[in-house]
Amino acid sequence: MSSRTVPITERADNPPVVAPGHDYRSVTQVISDVVLEFPLKRDWLIGFGIVAFFLSVLLVALLYLVLRGVGIWGINIPVAWGFAIVNFVWWIGIGHAGTLISAILLLMKQDWRTSINRFAEAMTLFAVICAGLFPLAHTGRPWLSYWLFPYPSTMNMWPQPRSPLIWDVFAVSTYFTVSLLFWYVGLVPDLATLRDRARKRWQQIVFGIFALGWTGSARHWLRYEMAYLLLAGLATPLVVSVHTVVSFDFAVSQVPGWHTTIFPPYFVAGAIHSGFAMVMSLAVPARAYYGLRDFITMRHLQNMAKLMIATSWIVAYGYIMEIFMAWYSGGQAEWFMVVNRMTGPYAPLYWLLWLTNIFSAQLFWFKGIRTNTIALFVLSIIINVGMWLERVVIVITSLHRDFLPSSWAMFYPTFWDWATYLGTIGLFLTLMFLFMRVLPAISMTEMKALVPPPAPLPTRQETVGHEMSVQT
Amino acid sequence: MNSPLVQIAESVRGAASRPKLDLEAVRAKLAEARGKRFWRSLEEIAETPEFLAWLDDEFPSRAQDFRNAASRRDVLRLMGGALALAGLTGCTKQPPEYIVPYVRQPEDVIPGKPLYFATAMPFRGGAVGLVVESHEGRPTKIEGNPQHPASLGRTLAWQQAATLDLYDPDRSQAVLFRGRISSWGKFLGAAAELRERAGSGEGIYFLSEPLHSPTLIAQRQALVNRLPAIRWFEYDAVGQEAAAGARLAFGEPVNTVYLFERADVILSLDADFLGSMAGSIPYARGFISRRRAEADRSRINRLYVVEPAPTITGDKADHRLAVKASEVEGIARALASQLGVPAGGAPGLRPELEHFARVVAKDLQAHRSACVVVAGEQQPATVHAIAHAINQALGNGGATVLYSERADAAAPVDPQPLRTLAAEMNAGRVRTLFLLGVNPVYNAPADLQFARALEKVPLRIHHGSHQDETAALCQWHVPEAHFLESWSDAVAWDGTACIIQPLIAPIYEGKTAHEMLASLTDNPDQSAYRIVKSYWQARHGGPDFEQAWQQWLHDGVIANTSFRPKTVSVRADFAARAQASPAPAQGLEIVFRPDPCVWDGRFANNAWLQETPKPHTKLTWDNAVCLSPATAQRLGVENEDMVELRYRGRVVHAPVWTTPGQANDSASVFLGYGRRRGGRVCEGAGYDAYALRTSDQPHFGHGLEIRKIGGRRRLACTQDHSSIEGREIVLAATNAEFLANRRLFEHKHEKTSEEETLTIYPEWPYTGYKWGMAIDLNACIGCNSCVVACVAENNIAVVGKTQVLRGREMHWLRIDRYFEGDLDNPRTYFQPMLCQQCERAPCEPVCPVAATLHNDEGLSQMVYNRCVGTRYCSNNCPYKVRRFNFLLYSDWETASLEPLRNPDVTVRSRGVMEKCSFCIQRIQEAKIEAEKQERVVHDGEIQTACQQACPTEAIMFGDLNDRSSRVYRLHQNELNYSVLTELGTRPRIKYMAELRNPNPELERRS
Repeated sequence: MSSRTVPITERADNPPVVAPGHDYRSVTQVISDVVLEFPLKRDWLIGFGIVAFFLSVLLVALLYLVLRGVGIWGINIPVAWGFAIVNFVWWIGIGHAGTLISAILLLMKQDWRTSINRFAEAMTLFAVICAGLFPLAHTGRPWLSYWLFPYPSTMNMWPQPRSPLIWDVFAVSTYFTVSLLFWYVGLVPDLATLRDRARKRWQQIVFGIFALGWTGSARHWLRYEMAYLLLAGLATPLVVSVHTVVSFDFAVSQVPGWHTTIFPPYFVAGAIHSGFAMVMSLAVPARAYYGLRDFITMRHLQNMAKLMIATSWIVAYGYIMEIFMAWYSGGQAEWFMVVNRMTGPYAPLYWLLWLTNIFSAQLFWFKGIRTNTIALFVLSIIINVGMWLERVVIVITSLHRDFLPSSWAMFYPTFWDWATYLGTIGLFLTLMFLFMRVLPAISMTEMKALVPPPAPLPTRQETVGHEMSVQT
Repeated sequence: MNSPLVQIAESVRGAASRPKLDLEAVRAKLAEARGKRFWRSLEEIAETPEFLAWLDDEFPSRAQDFRNAASRRDVLRLMGGALALAGLTGCTKQPPEYIVPYVRQPEDVIPGKPLYFATAMPFRGGAVGLVVESHEGRPTKIEGNPQHPASLGRTLAWQQAATLDLYDPDRSQAVLFRGRISSWGKFLGAAAELRERAGSGEGIYFLSEPLHSPTLIAQRQALVNRLPAIRWFEYDAVGQEAAAGARLAFGEPVNTVYLFERADVILSLDADFLGSMAGSIPYARGFISRRRAEADRSRINRLYVVEPAPTITGDKADHRLAVKASEVEGIARALASQLGVPAGGAPGLRPELEHFARVVAKDLQAHRSACVVVAGEQQPATVHAIAHAINQALGNGGATVLYSERADAAAPVDPQPLRTLAAEMNAGRVRTLFLLGVNPVYNAPADLQFARALEKVPLRIHHGSHQDETAALCQWHVPEAHFLESWSDAVAWDGTACIIQPLIAPIYEGKTAHEMLASLTDNPDQSAYRIVKSYWQARHGGPDFEQAWQQWLHDGVIANTSFRPKTVSVRADFAARAQASPAPAQGLEIVFRPDPCVWDGRFANNAWLQETPKPHTKLTWDNAVCLSPATAQRLGVENEDMVELRYRGRVVHAPVWTTPGQANDSASVFLGYGRRRGGRVCEGAGYDAYALRTSDQPHFGHGLEIRKIGGRRRLACTQDHSSIEGREIVLAATNAEFLANRRLFEHKHEKTSEEETLTIYPEWPYTGYKWGMAIDLNACIGCNSCVVACVAENNIAVVGKTQVLRGREMHWLRIDRYFEGDLDNPRTYFQPMLCQQCERAPCEPVCPVAATLHNDEGLSQMVYNRCVGTRYCSNNCPYKVRRFNFLLYSDWETASLEPLRNPDVTVRSRGVMEKCSFCIQRIQEAKIEAEKQERVVHDGEIQTACQQACPTEAIMFGDLNDRSSRVYRLHQNELNYSVLTELGTRPRIKYMAELRNPNPELERRS
């Protein structure tokens, strides 16, 4: 990406994308040291223990689910979808920021994305893993969930292509595959760096295998850049398509509160909203703990906060249009659904949703808040909660009172609903913890494009820079 | 013979050691043989000495072991083996059991083809004739017997649920003596002893329900003839005052049969004649015949109901007045005085009641000889007597009200049988007490302290279906045979007799009451079959008895046995006798009512009935104290609040349920719950209202105090929301409005032309059948018969209270109940809601695995095997009629429930969606039969289970391609509409809008 060597026009008040004073060597050193040299500290172990505990909660919850059935959750008729679908949509949404940052911002040459893209892509992958668990586990007979996939069965039965759930299968699996490839291709040069810098034999072997024989030759770079660009091009429509398809699960049905044409754009915006919030929630502690402040700078955090202002307004527009269309359609059940959301038994959740998702994001207008990492972290968590509430409001308040008042009922989550939800957070964070430890969380290759190039005539020492840095 | 194993061992071992065989010698031997010679081995033919020696030895291969001195090891080994083998066979000697293949199968029995037998279910007020479906000898489904006057081919929920009672795993399974398993033989021994010591029968008492079996009555008579001093008490736990009322009015006990089909105006004085009164099936049919969509709308009848606790009769009324139970008598008197009937004076009434009485009197007066005043079974005899007097005065006797003799006219009448019996017991006069099919320890009035009195009886013999509260206090307990495994007979409410024939031999050691009584005769071990048959043989008298008997068994009804009509006249001193009861006291009234599902508690262990929502409250698994919203507000209590009920010094804790339609200052408590023993289902459900009931005022009384005690009891209600929210789901109007504008419901008729349905898909051409259904809301009385019939037919699982609380009941067919208008006394509408088999079913396109599909006859089908359980179909179903197996709800474990299931319907496992199939198994059966006969299915040949059970024919199923079918004509009826047509689902079920016929003079002043 030769174009990225052109310096970005910086506004005076904007913090830089990379803190000054870094060169190729320091970039490699700081980032790869996290993987290769950073000691296994006690507080890391404690943190990992906590998230691993929640992971084990997930395993227990899933085991119990398979043994007893989905009745362990609070779902019923009419609320036949509960936390599982809420969480599915929430996790899928969170994944979106990763793809957006890595693909769209890449194509738009927003270089500030560089330090957070690896990180965000990993987040995408892990979020999609968490999301993917739910549609498979939430079925009544999870051991038969593979019937949703098109495979040549002896009975010649194929999935039913009119169902949005089948579109989901394709959308999510494509999304996962492309995200995985994108992430992995981006990792290859860095894996080679790690291979070269690793001192332990097993590390050399493992990184060596995954580095795919990368030597850094010009031909490698040429193909790498082309592949990366192509994958970015492939991933870009996915940012829009995945959540559009997920929104079809609702929009295609005729449940009041689901049957809305605004859903695709509104879901995508919401997904990006929550995705940035999640990147923020992860980046703020990570940059503090691993000493990456120089690479994930206030510039990044500020930009994400600004983006969240924008997405919050798109989401707010979605909410308002939902209300307007319900009124404008003249549908009795539609309008009732809006009134029920605002004043019914789940009304506190609805108003909390406005507060957390929309109003709290408006605090980002203030620079004082935008530049305060604590405030950013807290607000990002609040927005994550808000986006989760949005899905609760959509899924549950729509279903619990639909057409025939005789069937109206309440949904109350059970212990296992919460256990499964917290369990996936455990899974996500466990994967995140491991990722931060075993892979470069920031792309060294791309960061190097942002720091000033080394002296015009590289010395012998520079070319064997890896060894040097090991010694230092 | 040597065992094959030994032979094999020998052959292996012998191969080496055996001497060489001379084949030539063998050939020679065979050549010498004369005749057929069978040989087993070459050695045998050769008759080698080794072989002969081998034959001589019993255990040739082990023989040397026995010759050796036993080693310690061998002794131990053999002893161990012997011990183990002794253990295997030592307990019982297994009798030889021969398996007989169906080489010659019994006549008529074709595996997989059900047979149908006529029988009857005895229940209070008389039997209901039934036709029972039997699969390879196991009864699975009950239908009404069309030839039986109390059934007319239809049933109520209780009959539908009877098969579950039969297979109830909690049924009493053995004769018990002092709590230990005994035997019928030992009981007969004890009975013989009793018989020997009986003398004239002094001290021998019997307690039973009112007898409806002619054979049993004859047996009793024979017993009384032999032992004149025995005493026999009959009681009905719920209690019923009709006989006393008739006696008061006419001076003699007469049986009353109402002909509602002939009545233009009906006044019910707290009478639930549509739901629970004896004869309610023909009554409902007759009443509805004047209101159904197909009926002549200008001849619609009008129903006024005065009642304290809402019943389905009140819910169907054109005018319902919610008054305290004690005020009903005042209204009856006011009416009598309006009509000029001397009834011992009329008390002052509240002005609105006075107005009501005046208007009703006018309406009745205008329809002389074509009206009915009917009093409720829980109203005092005076009210019955006044109703009789009014009917007589209006010329209804013989026109709409038929009087006839009663079978038990000669029997002495004891108004308080239990009180007398308790007094006798306390006085120590009762030496032996037979309790036949009764449970007084549970359901006797609390003031009698029956359990304490019972303990004073030296010998207590209980005959009952379960080891219930009474069984626990008796020395002897004999399991009662279920009516589906009994020979017996019974009369219907109008006197028509029928034979009860068993569908199955008693599953456990069940005995009938006939056999219990026979145990005291000289021929103690008679079978019920002999007893019943010989009674009827004697009664028939003619030579063609066998033929007649076959006919009776086949028809399920004995022709010309109904009670003889009788002309009656109100006794001259009626007015003087019918003195006014004291004016209604102030304060809270308590009203005791049988539960609409579990009745007096006898069905409390029936999980189908427990899970059936009560028609008005939609509660399951519990009884509650029903209070009107105003009264609940005044007392500061809310739904599910626990309260203390204090009534005449007795205290019971119960949860509150605010019930629109309950009279103000009146609290209904429902009997039948709070069972302490009697099975896993009933124990722990609800509270015991009998604990408050006294023998002098068994139906209602004043002086109830309600105090909130804190705490809540969750009540499992299947319909949380009762308002229709202004949506056009139930369409209703008054008859007058409809007569003025017959196109009243046209806007809700289904749109069929393409521009109106807004679809790009072409219409599916239905060339063969096109199944459809019509449900007449005018006819639906909300009785739940269809709900239980559907459960029985389609193997629908019971989920239990906690799952109902979570909103996971599995009923494919539910009855939605909506209130309209006044909170304290709303109009009530029932709407059966089941899969609408939409032409454009929203559930189908969203299924990712194609587990729910449309067939070429227009049915939306579920493929259970394919369903993975995403539940998307349920979300997208606007009628919310799909049901999901959130957990493993079907009972795969209990062996006794296996034969209960309908073999034509899959038993669903967990994780699978299910819904109404329009009884596809019945459709297929009829289609196959029709195809074999090379014809099409006739209209009416297929009845869905719900349709077949419905007492009022509110549900009609058939082929919409058949222009002459009843369902097609109903689909064209002016009242037809579909629910949620605006969604474009195009349901295959059409509802007929409900028309009520209010009296303009009483129209609510709002």
